[in-house]
Amino acid sequence: MLQVSIYRYNPETDAEPYMQDVQVDTGGKDLMVLDVMEMIKAQDTTVVYRRSCREGVCGSDGVNMNGVNGLACVTALSKVVKNNKLVLRPLPGLPVIRDLVVDMSLFYAQYEKVQPYLQNDTPAPAIERLQSPEEREKLDGLYECILCACCSTSCPSFWWNPDRFIGPAGLLQSYRFLADSRDTATEARLAKLDDPFSVFRCHGIQNCVNVCPKGLNPTRAIGHIRNMLLTRAT
Amino acid sequence: MVTAVTSLGRSGLYDWLMQRVTAVILLAYFLFIGAVVISGPGYAEWSALFSQTWVRVFSMLALLSLGAHAWVGLWAVFTDYFTERMMGSAGNVIRLVAQFVTGIIMFTYTVWGIQILWGL
Ligand code: SF4
Ligand code: SF4
Ligand code: FES
Repeated sequence: MLQVSIYRYNPETDAEPYMQDVQVDTGGKDLMVLDVMEMIKAQDTTVVYRRSCREGVCGSDGVNMNGVNGLACVTALSKVVKNNKLVLRPLPGLPVIRDLVVDMSLFYAQYEKVQPYLQNDTPAPAIERLQSPEEREKLDGLYECILCACCSTSCPSFWWNPDRFIGPAGLLQSYRFLADSRDTATEARLAKLDDPFSVFRCHGIQNCVNVCPKGLNPTRAIGHIRNMLLTRAT
Repeated sequence: MVTAVTSLGRSGLYDWLMQRVTAVILLAYFLFIGAVVISGPGYAEWSALFSQTWVRVFSMLALLSLGAHAWVGLWAVFTDYFTERMMGSAGNVIRLVAQFVTGIIMFTYTVWGIQILWGL
């Protein structure tokens, strides 16, 4: 029997959050954490979490498993369980709506700030804006982000200043458009990032890189942004 | 709210660059002083060393770098932990007091350093 300790909080009935202990019979199989969560929900239907695709595509089931953020649907028990114990908590640093569900408004507000869409003020060509294969290659490792928030909610700088530090997810997307050969708003984008918080709160400890379920590297993207700011200023 | 008005250069890039440049100066200075200490100088050697203008200028530069480095670093720490988000409106007061104290200490060390180095 797997010992699971799960974070519970229902603001309508609970004065405070608490941890609930549950036993789950995994039949000795190396299930995904989401499977275990579904088994818990079968026992106690009041447990609440988000999920949708159950294959690491939608990014809705980011949770904290034994202290490490990740997508429950693609994290095998063998990767996180220690001494037959699994502690499930909501993503750290964001307000909890209920149980494992957090309010992502702050996270999305930062995403919105970087204007995550292509901007080009030249007349649109008849068919499409072309890119060379080399130019397109620059977007690899950037466009794949599924906005699961595992990275930003593992970043201490984002915990302390989620209203002013854009955070790894937002900055990765920021660079995705800074690096796009078809985007002409580079200067305006950079001008918005020069304050002491938006980018420069990153201290390079790479928690974000450690947890990204898509294997992306926000720290590297942040380094590129810093270099662009440096080049722009000199 | 946490604002950037008390940061050193008001620009993240400027502060970041300042932090890097001052770190290099401090490293060079401590290597220099370390090498002197290892050579085991007595009072006469120390005195002769610090009577040279370039050593005094270098020391002054290191002291100013320390001040700037400490300001940028502590400013980042204060704006992480002493904030409205962390401790309510008291956070803003505590942060400003902490920054004020940091400034006074930096200023004192700088003036004191000038006094020592040039024997005023
Ligand atoms: S590298 Fe930067 S963005 Fe990533 S976790 Fe560390 S401080 Fe946050
Ligand atoms: S960078 Fe990775 S961890 Fe961060 S939101 Fe995107 S997919 Fe999730
Ligand atoms: S349920 Fe969609 S990513 Fe896990």
